[in-house]
Amino acid sequence: MTAPVRIRRTAPARLLPATPAPEGITAHLATFGERPPLGAALIDELERSGLAGRGGAGFPAGRKWRAVASHAQRAWAAVVVADAVETEPASIKDQTLLALRPHLVLDGIQHAVEAVGATRAVLYVSRANASLVSALSAAIAERPPGEVTVELRAAPMRYVAGEETAVVNRLNGRAARPSVVPPRPYEAGVDGHPTLLHNVETLAHTALVARRGAAWFRSVGTADSPGTALVTVCGAVGAPGVHEVSLDMTIGETVDAAGGAGAEPLAVLVGGYFGTWLHAAEAWPLGLNRLALARAGAGLGAGVIAVLPRSACGVAETDRIITFLARESAGQCGPCHMGLPAVSELLHAVALGRAGLRSVATLRRWAGEIYGRGACRHPDGAVLLLRSALAVFGDDLERHARGHPCGASRHAPILPTPALPAGWR
Amino acid sequence: MRPQRLHVDPIACKAHGVCAELFPERIRLDDWGYPIIDPIAVPRDLMVHARRAIAECPRVALRLAPVGEEGEHQRDPA
Repeated sequence: MTAPVRIRRTAPARLLPATPAPEGITAHLATFGERPPLGAALIDELERSGLAGRGGAGFPAGRKWRAVASHAQRAWAAVVVADAVETEPASIKDQTLLALRPHLVLDGIQHAVEAVGATRAVLYVSRANASLVSALSAAIAERPPGEVTVELRAAPMRYVAGEETAVVNRLNGRAARPSVVPPRPYEAGVDGHPTLLHNVETLAHTALVARRGAAWFRSVGTADSPGTALVTVCGAVGAPGVHEVSLDMTIGETVDAAGGAGAEPLAVLVGGYFGTWLHAAEAWPLGLNRLALARAGAGLGAGVIAVLPRSACGVAETDRIITFLARESAGQCGPCHMGLPAVSELLHAVALGRAGLRSVATLRRWAGEIYGRGACRHPDGAVLLLRSALAVFGDDLERHARGHPCGASRHAPILPTPALPAGWR
Repeated sequence: MRPQRLHVDPIACKAHGVCAELFPERIRLDDWGYPIIDPIAVPRDLMVHARRAIAECPRVALRLAPVGEEGEHQRDPA
């Protein structure tokens, strides 16, 4: 087969600098100019921009700011929290953005502070990345006077530590475990104050909307999913790493922007470890925008696009990811801390050819029963990944279940599943 | 009164299973003993059983709430 001629589409670089070097305050001001004093007027502009959160849930940013502003009062001021915990093992986009353009994120934090009338702001970063923590502390020190000083707090390296209620619990001195909602952080978060919690990429976008406006923001992307997004492309691609894409691009174009598929692709994992496996043929022409992905049962999630080559085994990859997710349960809700290890054990047995078709049926039943029964969405993410694996790798899974594990099972892992440190504080 | 459905606080629940015994019309147990609650509204004639299950839960983990106010993550996207 001759390779089709591809026109490589690249997105306008909005968040990422042309050269990957950290920008200090002088370079930042030279690139973007002064931060305009917009106050609460930025909320209207954000609503017009259609910016959706880039942390996984995709909630409209303007609506979130409006909700926090309406809950905050003079005597009970809001708190702004910038979430950069990024414990998704395949994702490095938030750390990359913070390392290269810390002041764009800090600008976004100040805009949020001024728009919702906050008196406190926290930047919450994984403590695993010590050099980033010290670089951020230096960036905070060179901010102009008159701003709320951003508190830098280090988060434990647990998969669910970046979940919004887990963030609030940790900042309130408790373990970084999720809790039952309501109340949601916008109602009662840090120290009981209304809390505006955003992923750092979202805040960087708000800083650009403040300077350039909603119409500019909407000039790329689709009507439903305007703007650009940072994605981490990994697996069998020529140039794995963080890429900025516009949301009218397809998954195939995104992979091309990351150097193209390095080998014949079998499947693509979209979103992250709480994401969705898609057949490569289905994924390639699929748009990254919310509507297109939703029609395929997927979402951009944490912005992970992982390409699995045909030489690898989707069953073995999923087995490792589910084992990781089971280990990363906060251990609070029965369906998660009992259910996920059971799923993991049974899937592992099937992958090795030690459990039969009846076990595959049990996995299908558990996937349906576990969904929606945790305080947070950790168990949901795990079983949705499992469901998509049962659909995409179903035939292969049956061959495994009939006692014929494929040769590819011994392929080196494509997706990382690190053993994370055990602490929750 | 608006139709109501049962909810369990998944962190409080420790799989005693009393609820499923008292209200099998809406509650069954999963393979690990935790309740799976039928999301449809509890009709008036079954309400006495729902209230008994709530009262007898040793972890005080059950409650009734109007349908549609269960928090966004309870929906099934499938």
